[in-house]
This record gives sequence, structure tokens and C-alpha cells, in this order.
Amino acid sequence: MNTTAIQETLPAVQLSGLVKSFGAVTAVNGLDLTVTPGEVVAFLGPNGAGKTSTIDILLGLSRATRGSVKVFGLDPAQAVAQGRIAAVMQTGGLLKDLTVRETVQLNASLYRQPRPVGEVLERAGITQIAGRRVGKCSGGEQQRLRFALALLPEPDLLVLDEPTTGMDVEARRAFWNAIRQDAAQGRSILFATHYLDEADSYADRIVMIRKGAVVADGTASQVRGMAAGRQVRVVLPGADQVALAALPGVTSVQQRGDSVTIACGDSDSVLRYLITSTTAHDFEVTSRNLEDAFIALTTDEATTGQGF
Amino acid sequence: MSTTSIERGPVTFSPTYLLLELRRSLRNRRTLIFLVIMPPVFFLLFGHGYRDSDPEAFAYVMISMAVYGAMIATTSIGAQVSVERSQGWTRQLRLTPLRPTGYVLTKVGAALILGVVPVVIVLGVGAALGAQLSFGEWIAAGVLSWFCSLVFAALGLFLGYLIPAENAMQFMGPLLALMSFFGGLFQPLDQMPQALQDIAPWMPTYAVGLVARSPITDSGLTLGHVADLLLWTGVFVAGTALLFRRDTQRV
Repeated sequence: MNTTAIQETLPAVQLSGLVKSFGAVTAVNGLDLTVTPGEVVAFLGPNGAGKTSTIDILLGLSRATRGSVKVFGLDPAQAVAQGRIAAVMQTGGLLKDLTVRETVQLNASLYRQPRPVGEVLERAGITQIAGRRVGKCSGGEQQRLRFALALLPEPDLLVLDEPTTGMDVEARRAFWNAIRQDAAQGRSILFATHYLDEADSYADRIVMIRKGAVVADGTASQVRGMAAGRQVRVVLPGADQVALAALPGVTSVQQRGDSVTIACGDSDSVLRYLITSTTAHDFEVTSRNLEDAFIALTTDEATTGQGF
Repeated sequence: MSTTSIERGPVTFSPTYLLLELRRSLRNRRTLIFLVIMPPVFFLLFGHGYRDSDPEAFAYVMISMAVYGAMIATTSIGAQVSVERSQGWTRQLRLTPLRPTGYVLTKVGAALILGVVPVVIVLGVGAALGAQLSFGEWIAAGVLSWFCSLVFAALGLFLGYLIPAENAMQFMGPLLALMSFFGGLFQPLDQMPQALQDIAPWMPTYAVGLVARSPITDSGLTLGHVADLLLWTGVFVAGTALLFRRDTQRV
């Protein structure tokens, strides 16, 4: 029986039909998500979309109302006990009257085979402040301490719940540099974030959720293509939607009356085609960025404009 | 399956955690005041008057104050649970292989170790002031004062899980003082008004005091009192277990 070989092929995360209700409120509503080993996934969604509820279930901090949760084929609690999954939470979880080093020592003693204390301090970039009381550390330093704690078991999956909320630009950069320098070993990372540029810069794959379900899922470039890129709007009676959709870089074609809206990554070739091969007129080209897409994909009509 | 869990499975107890827990408490000025200063000061306050006039009452107050000190120490450790819950520390621990019971074990361990401190100090002050006990009586009174404070470790944990407040000890300090007063720890009960003597047996402190003083006095300890003590401990442990389960399975 070759268990290691079996484990390698198991997904890092497998959520299927996940439902989480709090009384009458449904926070997670039939969410499906599979993360393969080594993937870096950004988990995007507005407040109340179900990000934190999903992460809590993934970490075994709360239980799903329905659906199944597997982390490397294990129940979350087992995966935590075996150090396969570790997390950096947004706030709390630190004792203010311990020093940074003591905090790491304490947490290290709770694992059977932790990485050395000095090593994780170094990897998280907090060796210089090891003797400082946690209560005297800045938010960014505390967050790197949480990261150091998460490194102790050398987890195969690292979960970050909005890790840089409230940090200034410099602290965010320092935090992500620490994560990035460490990510080379093929660890899976799942991070929830409000910052689209973080998702854009650090994720292989972006999963957008809204009202507890996935609304967009793809590699960073796919979601970019789907969500970002350009939008070409023309008046074209009797448009051949199939032909338009087949053009290179086109991600969607919508028709309303004579007006056709084409979302695409490469507006030049679409325009060239429309001008040379069709009778289209009244050209209008607009660019959409990831943020527009995020709002479009994740916001209710009723709440549009409140944004995040 | 079982082979991997031996190498990377759950952890029930960590000596390092216990050690750091003790270090934290000893670094905390407020805890030190509760542990090192208050019990002997209270002892002198309530007991010094009996020193020459009534050696028996002097010993009574000495042992009662040792109990009081151990009680404060063990309860305050348990009560830290409320602070640590509100700071998300227990949640952080749930992201490690430490079993939830390991956290409670660490607290009880720290409470019992710290409970020794005021007992030794109060009895030491008593000895210095001339309390006359045989060697066996010193040892028995000390050990019983300390061991019976286990019931208050359970009380502290119970309240720590019950009270959502940032600092449960602010609520608990006065509560403990009242329980001690009405339970007859501050003054010999037979010197108190009848009404107070009637209330005393309803306090968990009463039975603890009787047990702790039993080596030196015919304190009137009966099996019923021991059963009382066990009942109180049972109530607090059961309450803690219930709240603990609610806390760790929170949805």
C-alpha cells in the first residue's frame, strides 16, 4: 500500500455542495471548489459573500450545514492535527504578554515535528523583533508572526484570511514578499482578500464568490480575459453571434435588439473583423478592469455603487 | 493511517506551554499582588489580633488565608480563559494539533502549581509570627489547603467559559471575597453572628475551610462536608465541560 502516492494525487481542497446556514441566513449556498496541490488561489468576494464562513469550515473551526469538506482527503480537524493545513487569520489569536519568540516556541511545542523556531522567525522576517512583546508589535509585524506560526508544521496548504487588511502599503509589500519567498516549495495557498491587485499579483487562479456561491473561477489570465480586457459595442442588425464568438480573444457576445456587446481580450482584431466583414456602425470601445468585473460579478443590482 | 498519526497526530499536553503559562503569570504584576501580597496582608489584618490572645483562632485564620490565597490563584488562572477566548487565542490553538482538553489541562496544571505559592507564603508568615503546629500538622494543613483549591480551579474555568467579559477577574475578585467572608475564611465562624453562621454551610468555601483546618482543630468536619466539597467540584466541572463543549463545537 503506497499511501504517499495516493496522497499526492488528492486535491488540497475539495468542497462540494457546501452549505452553511446561521438560522434563516444562508452564508454559504452550495459552494464547490477544488484546489490542486501547488496552486495559489485568491478567494474574492464582497463582505458577507461567505468567504470567512467557508474558510472557517475548511479549517474545522465550524461545521458545514450540508455538503462535504476534504483537505488532502482528510477531515479538516485531522488535517490540522497532522499539520497539513495551517492558517493566518486576520486578527486576534496572539497573547499580548508573550514575546514574539515565546509565541513561536509555545506554538512549536504543540506540534510533534515542528520546524525550528529560529528558522520560521527568519523565514517570516521577524528575527530582529524576536524579543519584543507581542502587544508592542505593529499590525504588520503581528501578521508576520501569525505567518511564522503557520510555517511551523510546514503545511501543504496555507490559508490566509484577508491577511493584509488594515496594513499600509509598505507592510503589505513586506508581508507578501515573505509569503512569496516562501511559496517556491510547491505549497498550496488559498487566500481571501479585498485587494484585487493582490489577487492579480500573487494568485495562479482567482475564485470569485457572491452570496455563498462561485460566480467566476479561472486562472488569473482567464478571469482577466473574462472580466477585464475591453468591451466593444456596435450596432449590427442581424449579427452572426456564432461567428463573433469564434473570433480570437472573445469571451462573450451579448445582443440586445440591434446592439451587440462583445467582451474580448483583443479589441483590435474584433474591430478589424467588424469593419472589414460586417456592416457594423457606431463603434464604442471601453476598457474594463478587474475591479469593474469584480463589482459586476459580485454585486447585487440593489447594492451597486456601495462597492467595497 | 495510524503510522502517520503517531508522527504528526494530535498533542495532548505540552510542558513548554505550561512553563510559558507560568512565566506569563509571574510576569503579570496584578497576578503577583494577588498571589504574593494579598494573602499574607489579609492574614495579618484578620489574624494578628488573635496572635497572643487566642492561638487557636490565629491558626484558624492562618490556614483559612492559605486557602483564600490558593483559591485566588487557582481561580484567576481559570478566569484567564475568558480573556483568552475574547482575544481569539483558543481559536488559534484550534488551528494546532493541541487537543482542546490539552488547553484545559494546561490551565489546571498552572493553577495547581501557582496555588502552592500563597500557601507557602501564608504558612511561612504564620510560622514566623509564632504559630505553634506540629510538623505533621504544618504539612497536612498546607497540602489540604492547596489540594482543596482544585475546586476553585474548576470554578475559575467554569466562570472563564461563562463570562464573555474581557476581564472576568474584576467580577471574580469581589465574588471570591464575599464567598470567603460568608464561608468563614476571614474570621472564626463561632465568633460571627448567628445569621452568618447559618449562611456559611451554603458556601463552597465553608467545606474547603473545614477540610483544610481539620488537622489542627476538631472543626466538626463530617463525611457530609466532604460530600459537599465533591458536589461543588462536580457542579463546576460539569458546568465547565458543558460550556467547553459548546465553545469548541461552536457553529
